[in-house]
Amino acid sequence: MDKNKIQKDELIPRAKRSSLSSRPSLLKATFAIVQKDLAAEFRSFELVSAMLVFSLLVIIIFNFALELDIKVRQSVTAGVLWTTFAFAGTLGLNRSMSTEKDRGCMDGLLLAPVDRSAIYFGKAISNLAFMLIVETIVLPVYSVLYNVNLFRLDLIGIILLGSIGYVAVGTLLSAMSVQTRTREVLLPILLFPVAIPVLLAAVKASNGLLTGADFAEVLIPLNILIVYDVVFIAVAFMVFDFVVEE
Amino acid sequence: MIEVKKLVKRFGLKNILRGLNFSVEPGEFVALLGPNGAGKTTFLRILATLSRPSMGHVKVAGHHLPHEAAQVRAKLGVVSHMPLLYPDLTAEENLRFYAQMYGITNYQPRITEVLEMVGLENRRKDLVRTFSRGMQQRLAIGRAVIHDPEVMLFDEPYTGLDQDASEMLDEVLRTVAAEGRTVVMTSHDLARAENLATRFDILSRGVIAASATQEDLQNTNLLAFYKQALVD
Amino acid sequence: MQTKPIALKILDVVSIILLAISTYLALFFAPMELVMGQVQRVFYFHIGTAWVGLLGFVIAALTGIVYLITKDMKWDRFGVAAVEVSTVFFFLTIVLGSIWARPAWNTWWTWDPRLTTAAVTELIYVAYFMLRQGIDDPEKRARFGAVYTLLGGVSAPITFMVIRLFRTIHPVIVGAANANQEKMSMTGDMKIAFFFALFAFTIIFIDLIWHRVRLGGLEDKVEQLKLKVSM
Repeated sequence: MDKNKIQKDELIPRAKRSSLSSRPSLLKATFAIVQKDLAAEFRSFELVSAMLVFSLLVIIIFNFALELDIKVRQSVTAGVLWTTFAFAGTLGLNRSMSTEKDRGCMDGLLLAPVDRSAIYFGKAISNLAFMLIVETIVLPVYSVLYNVNLFRLDLIGIILLGSIGYVAVGTLLSAMSVQTRTREVLLPILLFPVAIPVLLAAVKASNGLLTGADFAEVLIPLNILIVYDVVFIAVAFMVFDFVVEE
Repeated sequence: MIEVKKLVKRFGLKNILRGLNFSVEPGEFVALLGPNGAGKTTFLRILATLSRPSMGHVKVAGHHLPHEAAQVRAKLGVVSHMPLLYPDLTAEENLRFYAQMYGITNYQPRITEVLEMVGLENRRKDLVRTFSRGMQQRLAIGRAVIHDPEVMLFDEPYTGLDQDASEMLDEVLRTVAAEGRTVVMTSHDLARAENLATRFDILSRGVIAASATQEDLQNTNLLAFYKQALVD
Repeated sequence: MQTKPIALKILDVVSIILLAISTYLALFFAPMELVMGQVQRVFYFHIGTAWVGLLGFVIAALTGIVYLITKDMKWDRFGVAAVEVSTVFFFLTIVLGSIWARPAWNTWWTWDPRLTTAAVTELIYVAYFMLRQGIDDPEKRARFGAVYTLLGGVSAPITFMVIRLFRTIHPVIVGAANANQEKMSMTGDMKIAFFFALFAFTIIFIDLIWHRVRLGGLEDKVEQLKLKVSM
């Protein structure tokens, strides 16, 4: 192409072509997406506040539905927490992917000369961040409301592992569900049956910790959590291309 | 710059594009015109690497599709009827994000430059959600040229714009986006296409039914040519 | 218009005969189980349907992978056929299991690993149909379907593992573990009925899949003809 052709009409002379762009690395592109998501979220707090209010409502409903007195509470705390996280999680996953789809931003991401896995990892890390933010607020609130100490390092570790697995599958499935006619309705239906192992293992491990069971008893669900996380991150990484390409 | 031979695109059993041949020389501005459902957007999405060809040979900016999609993307700018911008980010943040996605290392001066080109330098710190449709579309053009692409694709860039905004966009498209680049544009708006393009291709039933350059149309007008092409 | 292939017609007849023989073997030929009585006879079909149910889901996950690699729609038709047939068989398995569980364990349902995994798997494939329903573009439908069967195929075994591990730590009310031992003590005639049921249901399964794949092909042809007419 004739690059020296007519420069006179331009408002500003254009920068030299070749020097401008190169393909960004996977890491840089992933980071750019995460940074963009967090910046947008910290401005509006739309997603996190919705997840948070929803979580608190779920806990309140559980309080009355299960009559959470001291005896019952001990055995169901883990279950209540993970149910809350799972429900709030689908809310966040849906919203996060809808913002990409609604204004064509997904096309914008796909048009960039970056590896598709950068889009997956970027969105997954943002989603994980949103979930962790909600969890760090819900935990102390729950602790205060029910006078149990949930701020324990081991429990937080389990919550982190469980959230990673949940978000790894959830991000992939939300990328699929936003492209369907039924959209938001579909995500939990797709996600829950596939995420059952991670939720069960997380509940079991958390429950073991909270009831002060043997470490050996926690170890099995812990291993399952790790296996699930590794397997599903790998699978999602491999198939994400097929979900976004046309 | 763009070379397409015998392109076929199927959605399921429907053939949207049926053996389409198309080529664009460097520096040309081609308007793709045609009725709804003729396959304009599908064709543009294939050129934009967003959709895979079912069959045929597609070469954009010296690279084959779909195998060298990443190389093509680095040299391609797309303006669609959707802005592809994040409403909760400022104009500057949007451009910074895309600059990073295109691997532009020293992006600050480039962002300033682009914002000046599209006339939004004094709104750089404002959220995109506060922008009018026309301003968003101008920023979208800024986004599309941030990496100084060789080939530009416009997909119905005037959708949803009023008369004034369209005129303003015309100016930006002409001076910022099209100047010195190869452009393919789809549009319903024959009058605007006539002002901008150097060549007009009519896409009908999945093939290019007719093609005419600006010079060919000296004696007749675009509308007459368009109607004639569809009748044939 | 292609007519039904002769081989398929033969297979239809063979399937019906095998089903009849298998029914006879299960209901009359096999001796009565001493502990559980007549209701144990449901077990032969229960295992038969469970086996082809699982087989179908494994096939669906595999054809999903093959589809993603080759992008050939025939693998999608194969995958859908496998999931559809298996979903029905799996449902039958669960119902037959309940019929057995009622007198054996005194409850229609227990949250034992096999039952729970069966229910979850069934739900995965119901979700699969809902996913497909929501997509208009056949190519995208096939792609997403393939991805989801793959996820389901990976997740279901882990679900089974998880539940089983937890149940070994916390043994549950009903004697889920005993079921295994009861199966083990099969007499010779019982074994004949058992393996014949497996064989018969495998053939029936193949027959049904064949029908479904053929139907899928015909559906496509009808669509094609409709398109031609509307041109």
